[in-house]
Amino acid sequence: MKLSLFTQRDENTWEIPAQGRMRVPAIIYADRALIEAMDDKVYQQVTNVATLPGIVDHAYAMPDAHWGYGFPIGGVAAFDAEQGGVISAGGVGFDISCGVRCLHTGLGADDIALAREPLADELYRRVPAGLGSTGQIHLGPRDMDDMLRGGAQWAVRQGYGTPQDLERIEEHGCMPDADPDQVSEKARHRQRNEMGTLGSGNHYLEVQYIDQVYEARIATAFNLREGDVVVSIHCGSRGLGHQIGTEFLRLMATSAASHGISLPDRELACAPIKSEIGQSYLGAMRSAVNCALANRQIITHLTRQAFDAVFPGSALPLLYDVSHNTCKPERHATNGEARLLYVHRKGATRAFGPGHAELPAALRDAGQPVLIGGSMGTCSYILAGTAQSEQRAFSSACHGAGRAMSRRQAKRQWRGRQIIDDLKRQGILIRSPSLRGVAEEAPLAYKDVSAVVDAADHAGLAQKVARLRPMVCVKG
Amino acid sequence: MTTGRWEHLEHGADIGIRGCGSSLPEAFAQAALAMSGVVTDLDNINPVDTVAVECEAPEFDLLLIDWLNEIVYQMATRNMLFSRFEVEICGHQLRARLYGEATNPDKHQPAVEIKGATFTELEVRQAANGEWIAQCVIDV
Repeated sequence: MKLSLFTQRDENTWEIPAQGRMRVPAIIYADRALIEAMDDKVYQQVTNVATLPGIVDHAYAMPDAHWGYGFPIGGVAAFDAEQGGVISAGGVGFDISCGVRCLHTGLGADDIALAREPLADELYRRVPAGLGSTGQIHLGPRDMDDMLRGGAQWAVRQGYGTPQDLERIEEHGCMPDADPDQVSEKARHRQRNEMGTLGSGNHYLEVQYIDQVYEARIATAFNLREGDVVVSIHCGSRGLGHQIGTEFLRLMATSAASHGISLPDRELACAPIKSEIGQSYLGAMRSAVNCALANRQIITHLTRQAFDAVFPGSALPLLYDVSHNTCKPERHATNGEARLLYVHRKGATRAFGPGHAELPAALRDAGQPVLIGGSMGTCSYILAGTAQSEQRAFSSACHGAGRAMSRRQAKRQWRGRQIIDDLKRQGILIRSPSLRGVAEEAPLAYKDVSAVVDAADHAGLAQKVARLRPMVCVKG
Repeated sequence: MTTGRWEHLEHGADIGIRGCGSSLPEAFAQAALAMSGVVTDLDNINPVDTVAVECEAPEFDLLLIDWLNEIVYQMATRNMLFSRFEVEICGHQLRARLYGEATNPDKHQPAVEIKGATFTELEVRQAANGEWIAQCVIDV
C-alpha cells in the first residue's frame, strides 16, 4: 500500500483519519516493509469496518492483516450495544473460535529425537486429520446441547483432560450464555461425527521445541526453557461453526437494511447487538465457541494418549488456549471510563496484559500467553500481553503469518512429496493425508511470521517471549 | 454441445471460483465444478452416486451462494465429492442432481475442506456476448 494514504503516528502505527462514511479513524499496526507489502484490500476493508454503527475508538488491523471477508483477516473492532453497536458474522468469520493451544510435554528436544518417527506415527494415527476424517465421538441431540453449552468443561466431564486444564483456557473453557436453540439442524448435522478432528487447510498439530527465549522472567512464569518440547494445536469449531457462519452471514446481509444499516460491502453482514437477529447470532456463535473449545480439549486428550504410548508416564499440562476468530463481551477503558464492549477479533488474538482478572493466578503477573502459529516448517512464537495492549487495540495482537501466495500459485510451484522430503532433511516430519494439501500449505507460501511478530512486539501489542521450531507436524 | 467452462481466481488467503456457460444453469453447474476442483482433481471423482438438492432465493446471486453452500453441506454430511452437476433453474428456484462418490483420502488427496461460499467477489451476470458468469470466493 502507498504510505501516503496514512498519517504515521509512530514507527509501527499508521492511521487513516475518519473520512467519508467512517465514524472513527482506522489504525494499522505494522512496520514500513509490512505495510508497503500489505494488500490494498486491507485499507478498503478496515475503513469499511470504521463505518459500522456503534464502533468505538478505532477500527484496527494487526501486522499480519490481509484480504478477508468484510473485515480484513487481522481485524479488530469493538462495538457498544448502548450506542446502537452491531455484531457481525463477517467480523467473526466462518471458522468460529478457530484458535491455538499449547501444551508442555516435560520432554526435551533430545528425548524426542530418539523417538521422532514413532511419535509422528502415533499422533497421526490417533488425531483424525483431513477432509472427511471422523472422530470416535458421535453426539446425539442431548449430548450435542450439553457440549454446545459446556465447551471444554463438558469435554472434561466426559473424561477428556483434567479440571486443571480449564483455568488455562479463555472463559475457563466455557463461553457463557451459549444458546443451542439458535444452532440449526444443519449445523448440528455437520458436527455429528466431527468432534475431536483437526480439519484441513492450515490446521495442524505440531511438536515443537523452544530454540530461543527472549524474555526470561515471563518465560519462567510460563514454565518455558530453551530446549523444552511443546505441542501446539491449531483448529476450530469444524462444520458446526462453518454452517453457523454461512447461515448468519446470509441472514445478516439480507436483513441489514431492515435495521437501517447500509453496508458498504455485503460481507460486512451485521445486526444491532440489541436486535433479535443479533441476539440469535450471539447465542449460536457462543455455542460454536464452546464447540471449538471442546474440540481442542478432545484433541488434547488424544495427544496425551499418543505421548503416553511413546513416552510412558509423560504428562502434558496446558500452557494456554487462545481463540482468534471471536466476538466477546469485555470491559475496556475508553476515555477514562470502563465500558462493556463487544470486541470482534477476526484473525486476531486476545492479549490481556499483566494483572488482568481473567488470567489464572500463575500467569497474572506475566500477562496472557499469546500463541502465534507459523506455517508448516517455519517458526511459531509465544508472546505475552503487555500493559499497553489494552490501550493499543483493546488487548489484541496478531494471530499468524498470513499467506503470501495463493493456493493455486503454491500448487503450481511445489509438489507435496518434495516438500515432505525437504523438511525431513531439516529434521521436520510431516504426516498428512493429502500431498496436494501439503503443496498448497508450503512454508514459502506464507509470509515471514518473524517479521509479523517483531512488528507486534515493537508496536506494543504483545511482547516476544519465546520462539518455537517444528519437529513433527500433523497436517489436515 | 456444451460451451461451459470454469476457472479459479486468485485470492490471497482463499480461492475464487468462476463458472461460465451459455445459460444460467450451465454457469451454476460450472461454478460447482470449479468448487470441487478446489478440493481435488475432478478426474479422480467417479460420478456413480446421486444426490438431489433444491434451493430458492429472491436474487440470482443469493441463489448461487445457497446452491454452493448446499453442495458444501452435502459434501460434509455425506462425506462425498461430486464431479457432475445437472442444474435446472425455474424462476428463482433451483433443482439439481449431484453425481459423485464417497471421499477416499488415498484416492482423492483432498487438499482442503470447504467452509462456505462467501459474498466476496460474488457476481451472477450475463455478459454482452450472451454468456452467463457465476462467481464468488469460497472460504477454505
